Amino acid sequence: MNALITRRALLRGGLAVGAGLTVGFPVARGARGAALAQTAGVFAPNQWLRIDRDGVVTIVNSVPEMGQGSLTTTSMIIADELDAILDQVRVEQAPANPALYKNPVTGTQSYGGSRGVRDHLAMWRKAAAAAREMLAQAAADEWGVPVESVETEQGAVVHRPSGRRLLYGQLVDRAQQVPVPQNPTLKSPDKFRYIGKPVKRRDTPEKITGRGIYGTDVQVPGMLVASIERCPVFGGKVKSFDATAATRVKGVKHVVQVSNGIAVVADGFWTALQGRRALRVTWDEGPMAQVSSTMITREYEAAAKQPGQVARNDGDAEKVLAAGGRVHEAVYQVPFLEHACMEPMNATAQVMPDACVVWAPTQNPGGTQATAARLTGLPPEKVTVHTTLLGGGFGRRGEQDFIVDAVETSKAVGAPVKVMWTREDDITHGFYRPATYNLFRATLDASGVPAAWFTRMVGPGILIQKGRAQAGTIDAAAVEAVRNMPYDVPNLRIEWTNKDLGIPLGFWRSVGPSQNGFIIESFIDELAHLAGKDPYEYRRALLGKAPRHKAVLELAATRANWGAPLPTGHTRGIAVAFSYGSYVAHVAEVSVARDGAVRTHRLVAAIDAGLAVNPENVKAQMEGGAVYALTAALYGRITIDRGRVQQSNFHDYPMLRINEMPVVEVHILDSGEAPGGLGEPGVPTVAPAVCNAIYAATGRRIRTLPINRDELKRA
Amino acid sequence: MISLTVNGKLHQVDVPPEMPLLWAIRETLGLTGTKYGCGMALCGACTVHLNGGPVRACVTPMSAVAGKSVTTIEGLSDKGDHPVQRAWTEVDVPQCGYCQPGQIMSAAALLAAKPSPTDADIDDAMSGNICRCGTYQRIRAAIHRAAALKKGGA
Repeated sequence: MNALITRRALLRGGLAVGAGLTVGFPVARGARGAALAQTAGVFAPNQWLRIDRDGVVTIVNSVPEMGQGSLTTTSMIIADELDAILDQVRVEQAPANPALYKNPVTGTQSYGGSRGVRDHLAMWRKAAAAAREMLAQAAADEWGVPVESVETEQGAVVHRPSGRRLLYGQLVDRAQQVPVPQNPTLKSPDKFRYIGKPVKRRDTPEKITGRGIYGTDVQVPGMLVASIERCPVFGGKVKSFDATAATRVKGVKHVVQVSNGIAVVADGFWTALQGRRALRVTWDEGPMAQVSSTMITREYEAAAKQPGQVARNDGDAEKVLAAGGRVHEAVYQVPFLEHACMEPMNATAQVMPDACVVWAPTQNPGGTQATAARLTGLPPEKVTVHTTLLGGGFGRRGEQDFIVDAVETSKAVGAPVKVMWTREDDITHGFYRPATYNLFRATLDASGVPAAWFTRMVGPGILIQKGRAQAGTIDAAAVEAVRNMPYDVPNLRIEWTNKDLGIPLGFWRSVGPSQNGFIIESFIDELAHLAGKDPYEYRRALLGKAPRHKAVLELAATRANWGAPLPTGHTRGIAVAFSYGSYVAHVAEVSVARDGAVRTHRLVAAIDAGLAVNPENVKAQMEGGAVYALTAALYGRITIDRGRVQQSNFHDYPMLRINEMPVVEVHILDSGEAPGGLGEPGVPTVAPAVCNAIYAATGRRIRTLPINRDELKRA
Repeated sequence: MISLTVNGKLHQVDVPPEMPLLWAIRETLGLTGTKYGCGMALCGACTVHLNGGPVRACVTPMSAVAGKSVTTIEGLSDKGDHPVQRAWTEVDVPQCGYCQPGQIMSAAALLAAKPSPTDADIDDAMSGNICRCGTYQRIRAAIHRAAALKKGGA
């Protein structure tokens, strides 16, 4: 599969979508207009699939492939409901066209929040079922038999009484004439051929041979390559620059100022870097030059002494806490984190007088189109966006900064330009998972269960900073997995204070729950130990109103042999959380060396993601979430000094490596519920399970991430 | 002009001697399977074989490869059927896939040197390759599988 070539061919041939056949899905008028002509010999009942006379089924995948397996999962769902042969379907990535390809739940052609399957399953099934019914009708018409007497099977329609059979490709022309059913009958789940079965990824061949095209691999005739010198301080501006030496570097073609800095445009990336080194820029560093991590922590501490906005208030926690019983208090802190996608940010743009083409590894094709339209003044339909493979996304690639880089630079130099970031650019100019400060107070009743629980969270709000939630409100992302924590506590008060010092914020794999899972699941562990109870049984007893949490907790504990003896020096920790539609529990088996080094030997995960469309992929995503989370727990920390990020590459922003990889076991609980997310839910419970195991091993409670091994040293 | 052999084919490339091999491979020769990840030999995404041994192309200057033989992911096998690639498929290793050419080249070099690697050998040979998607468990399994495939004469 060569996604780029197929998309180019598509553009030439015209996308046979719309065509008045919308299968009951709203399609904006503007989107249909010009595309109304059906392509002869291609049955395209809707924007999600088409079949040609050779029987080739092409599925259009709207969800960018960032490693989460969307090319495979989307194909499985549509092929299953269509009764097509999965191995034979082609997949291509949808163009930016929000009218046709927007997520039906969010209303945007932007993908995050582990929404691929859960938001699209019903729509894709309906689209494929409609096509299947049309093919069946076409065959019935051909044979002059009632449609009830025919059935579909693996790329064909059959009439069993007469033994007749027609392949889908043979039915294309007649199927085009059949009205689109608005309420097709979906397959009953017992007839699923692919959904719910482990299926291997379809994109492996191109990913093991180097043929897969990521953003950074895009090559356009006449293309130049640019690297942008950015102000080291967030929000700083160019005061002046001297490009004399830079332009003298052989191969440097242009030096131009763009919104994000000074672009050195050359015949190749390495040349652009040489030019960039020779560049002299004077910056107006702006007010952020006053901001540092120590100052941010001080501001958080001060804010935590003042009341916050009330996010949840059950009973009267303040009164119970003030009643004179023993109050247990703890402060949990987490740092800023950068995504560190393996593929540094990049995009390619070709701005022409009457059109613009963008090739980008983006989670947000719709936003990319809108950004390019805004910067070029072109109407959105004149902006073509090719979504390449993404070398990691994790939330970082929903942002628009790298799109702005490419469009502005191409526009400035009048040629196609690929703007590539260095790893240093990537680490120092990210959109960071917020650092937060969280104060906990609780008191237990005579039986040891929490009588009152108070949490005051202090930190910035991603949604508010991005203008997606109103200032002065409670940022839903900031309090997620705290406000809705599952434990049965009669007097529970959650407060949140927005303290935003201006560090650019972004959605980092599992967002709020990435840190809130850690603080809640660590503090409940503290209470269990305070009560002298087993941490697993303690949680279990408090999950009476949260049966799905309880079920995964029990499954993880059972599979991890909770309570059974372990090798000397090994201990277990447990945690459970809900995020992005799925319930996950982890049991970590850990040992702590005398020098404080933490080794995670084994992680047993239980997940209830409702319908697991591809169980093999559920496992892969849980394995991946474990590594992402362990990296953060052990190493992840972005610090700020004078408005600058102090880390720059993998030597000072380290990643978990294969020699540190625990055995990850994944157990899937089939609850029969609607599908939940997968990319993110594997993250939140890993750090607390590990830290709770560290407590069991050492008696040291980790309340600040990343884990400080110096604190765990034993003489 | 610097001459070198890439995937069995002799090339003359007109690039500065200090240019890292990575950029000559990717931009001059157009072989984009080898990836840039860090530019400091910290992540292994750019791993290629130089006269059969694994090197990080992002810190290997062209002057050091003159007259030598380079194998990139595109040249590892004709049909993507090197035992390591077959094992990667069987075990369903890649997620985003960006680091996988580097992982595969490191693994292939390991197996060439040690046909039956232990887990410790795998840790030693592969800990220079970062995977942010977290495919390490599958990489380990796939290397053991590739060793078995190779021994089976397949």
